[in-house]
Amino acid sequence: MARRPQIFFVGRLAAMRNNEMSLREKVWQVNWSLIVLAMLISGIGIAMLYSAANGSFDPWASRQAVRFGAGVMLLLVVALIDIRIWFRYAYVIYVVALVLLVAVELFGVSGMGAQRWIDLKVLQLQPSEVMKVALVLALARCFHGMALEDISRPSSLILPIAITLAPVGLVLKQPDLGTAMMLLMGGAAVFFCAGVRLWKFVLVGVAALGAIPVAWQFLREYQRQRVLTFLNPEIDPLGAGYHTLQSKIALGSGGLFGKGFMQGSQSHLNFLPEKQTDFIFTMLAEEFGMIGGLTLLALYAILLTYGIAIALRARNQFGRVLAMGLTWNVFLYVFINIAMVMGLVPVVGVPLPLVSYGGTAMLTLMATIGLLISVYIHRDVRISRRGLGIEV
Amino acid sequence: MALIHEDNERSKTFTRRALLLGGGQAVLFSTLAARMYYLQIIESDRYKMLAEDNRINLRLLPPPRGRIVDRYGVPMAVNQQNYRVVLVREQARDIEQTLDMLGRVIDLSEYDFQRVMREVSRKRAFVPVTVRDYLNWEEVSRIEVNAPDLPGVNIEVGQTRSYPYNEEMTHVLGYVSAVSEDDLTGDPMLELPGFRIGKQGIEKQYDGTLRGAAGTSQLEVNALGRVIRELSREDGKPGQDLVLTIDAALQTYTHERLQAERSAAAVVMDIHTGDLLALASAPGYDPNLFNVGLSNEVWNQLVKDPLAPLTNKAIAGHYAPGPTYKPMVALAALEAGISPDFKFFCPGFMQLGNARFHCWKKGGHGTVDMYQATQQSCDVYYYELSKRVGIDRMSAMAKRFGLGATMGIDLPGERPGVIPTREWKLANIGEPWQLGETLVSAIGQGFVLTTPLQLAVMTARLANGGKAVVPRLTRQAHGAQKTETPEAAGFPDMGIPSAHLQVVQTGMDLVTNNVRGTAYRARIEEEGWEMAGKTGTSQVRRITMAERAAGVTKNEDLPWRRRDHALFISYAPVRAPRYACAVIVEHGGGGSKVAAPIARDILIETQRRDPSNTPPIAQVGGQPSKRG
Repeated sequence: MARRPQIFFVGRLAAMRNNEMSLREKVWQVNWSLIVLAMLISGIGIAMLYSAANGSFDPWASRQAVRFGAGVMLLLVVALIDIRIWFRYAYVIYVVALVLLVAVELFGVSGMGAQRWIDLKVLQLQPSEVMKVALVLALARCFHGMALEDISRPSSLILPIAITLAPVGLVLKQPDLGTAMMLLMGGAAVFFCAGVRLWKFVLVGVAALGAIPVAWQFLREYQRQRVLTFLNPEIDPLGAGYHTLQSKIALGSGGLFGKGFMQGSQSHLNFLPEKQTDFIFTMLAEEFGMIGGLTLLALYAILLTYGIAIALRARNQFGRVLAMGLTWNVFLYVFINIAMVMGLVPVVGVPLPLVSYGGTAMLTLMATIGLLISVYIHRDVRISRRGLGIEV
Repeated sequence: MALIHEDNERSKTFTRRALLLGGGQAVLFSTLAARMYYLQIIESDRYKMLAEDNRINLRLLPPPRGRIVDRYGVPMAVNQQNYRVVLVREQARDIEQTLDMLGRVIDLSEYDFQRVMREVSRKRAFVPVTVRDYLNWEEVSRIEVNAPDLPGVNIEVGQTRSYPYNEEMTHVLGYVSAVSEDDLTGDPMLELPGFRIGKQGIEKQYDGTLRGAAGTSQLEVNALGRVIRELSREDGKPGQDLVLTIDAALQTYTHERLQAERSAAAVVMDIHTGDLLALASAPGYDPNLFNVGLSNEVWNQLVKDPLAPLTNKAIAGHYAPGPTYKPMVALAALEAGISPDFKFFCPGFMQLGNARFHCWKKGGHGTVDMYQATQQSCDVYYYELSKRVGIDRMSAMAKRFGLGATMGIDLPGERPGVIPTREWKLANIGEPWQLGETLVSAIGQGFVLTTPLQLAVMTARLANGGKAVVPRLTRQAHGAQKTETPEAAGFPDMGIPSAHLQVVQTGMDLVTNNVRGTAYRARIEEEGWEMAGKTGTSQVRRITMAERAAGVTKNEDLPWRRRDHALFISYAPVRAPRYACAVIVEHGGGGSKVAAPIARDILIETQRRDPSNTPPIAQVGGQPSKRG
């Protein structure tokens, strides 16, 4: 009882600050340092795109800069929207993303042997990128309403599992094993944060391993081939294996200080594949050496730390889970991309966040940061199980 | 309250697990940094090297091949600009249309068209594809004029070997041709497209000298192999020019003279220096064919031709020397102590047991001495000499004169011939020597085989006073002992008394310059240029008893393949010998009638062309006489 005034005080402050905040108050709360961080990372990306085009803003750097500008707008809008709105429309956004995934199956443009994007003229929309955010939103909402006891009941996990597996299945059908794995790992992280017991992960993992031989029987021959090539790129030495080798050569030859801006022979003589998209980190490491590579890695580490800090400070479960899930997603992007260009994991089409050339990925990431900031601004808002309101 | 408690529990769980995930991220990021350290610091040198390997392409610059010139500097093998028209796909708008247009400007076969279409689709867009080689000047200018309508069509200049003298020089020069699988030695220059190496003759013998050393060009290339820029360049060493001892004009003259016969060979040699002024073998073939690449049909024709145009008969033709071998027998007899005045009666044959050995003159020569026997080529007299001397001493003399072994001349394909001995027969045939075979050997038949080159060298050694002169085709880039011009004095003396040599020389003088000599009708009349010689008619068939009884069939009535070989060895001028000449006309008939006139004409031409010679009489300088 003695602590009541304190609780009241906090509650009042919270009510004053969050539940009915004015736009000005919100703008004041916006985490500007996070935006500056995004700007630094994107700036490095634009510089590398300028170099990739042999010292020209055309065709990549200028467009990427425009997209970053649009991304900042999007970020601010997303950040300022009340988190309860995001909570309420989480499922809607998820369903829209799911429909887009079906649409890409029907009207999509093929690229790199898989159906990946829908041509919207303004930008080529990659629904699978949108889904990475939408899935976390939907799962966060799903777990928001569940107490630990609910979560311990297997039946309550049916819905989140279905939410996760639906897009995974669609993406697999494209077929894009890399993105499917990322969705699965992103979903699993949310399950983990929400408090699902560890033994259940172990159980699912063992079950999945056991299911592999069974699933193998249902795959067509070309699908099996694709999976095999994915697991072992050496099967196709002039394809993925060649790319990895050239990427390692570029990285290694960069040394500690690099060859200098626009001096990377591997990138500029086209030995490096996809240097403006998936292999842009290699180019950075070739031209600026290990110093350049570690600098970018440090910037990402700061970004991720911010994300985790925001998750830890949020007082509503939706915000916490959302922030952690999104941060984990960004981490997956960065880790898989850099591990891939250094030959640690097989080559999969995963862009480097904010640096790789690509519209959907840039906008999705700016929206992700926007959502993180939104969680930060609305960290003390109480969200009812239904959405708006302050009742618990 | 339960809910709040539960919420706290949930929040604690979340915090714990979020920190766990964050820790996991930190660990994984550390592995990335560690990997970066491994690649960029520890393994950096290796990858730097690989990156340079990627970036830099070494390109070989083939050196220009050395020229081959004759003794007066007249070029006999040169490099010519080879203009070829190439097509670059990425510069052409429509390849088919461009080729059609090109076909209207120059001749393009349907085959060329198909080949270009195929190559263009297979090669990278910036790699030029050769449409046609060896354009003439008119075609080049027509393409240049139409250049605006021919996008992507360029003219490139390369070098190609060209032999201005056609087949008259082939057997000396040989030819260059594309590198075959067997020629590869690991020298990357040989793997250059279009590279040519010597495959025959001087071109093969001195390939290393003529070839030179390749230069290199360091090029920066991109991943597709397109050249970005040249980083550095090291010029190669061009091949050395080669000066031959051949006199191109004399060689041409000799060849023309031989070509009148179906198949013949002739060698002209400086008896003091060993310089070969002419080394001709007819028929020949066009060496330029091999450079461009000849068709199977032409190749088969050359190989199957009974006249063997691919063989250099002057160094690789094995012929029974016939009576041109008699000087060797005479010298062996003289050395054995037989006097040149030794007389013997020739009844037209010699009886040896059951066998009868005939003289070429049916009625016989009567009593002759060594001079007369040589002059009239009396076989019976030489049978007698050989009986007295024996095969081994005869053959030993022949070998001292260079017969029966290769001369080591700087041409590939030289053959050694055969000078038989008792030992040789036992080793090679497995039977003991017969006396009859000694008689046959004495007139240069039986096992005895020589090449025209060997006969020329033998003649030279007879004429130069018994010096072991060695023939040569080049004056430079040979052995050390040949770099300075060695006169006959430089060659070792064979130890034959000059009195002995004089007997043979006198005999040979009589052959051409005495009315009763076998080659009197083919003598050189120009004063001071007279030649001495020895005729030879060697049988290539056996004359049966029945035929001899019925009268020996005349050569003209025999099929060509069975006619006698006609030979003649000679040197001139007879007073102060300078040149030796050996001629063989395959299946030509009589040596005096066929071979001697050719030798005469060649020796006249040789002396006429001798720069140190002032013409002795006014009539020289006109057309060489063709009497005989």
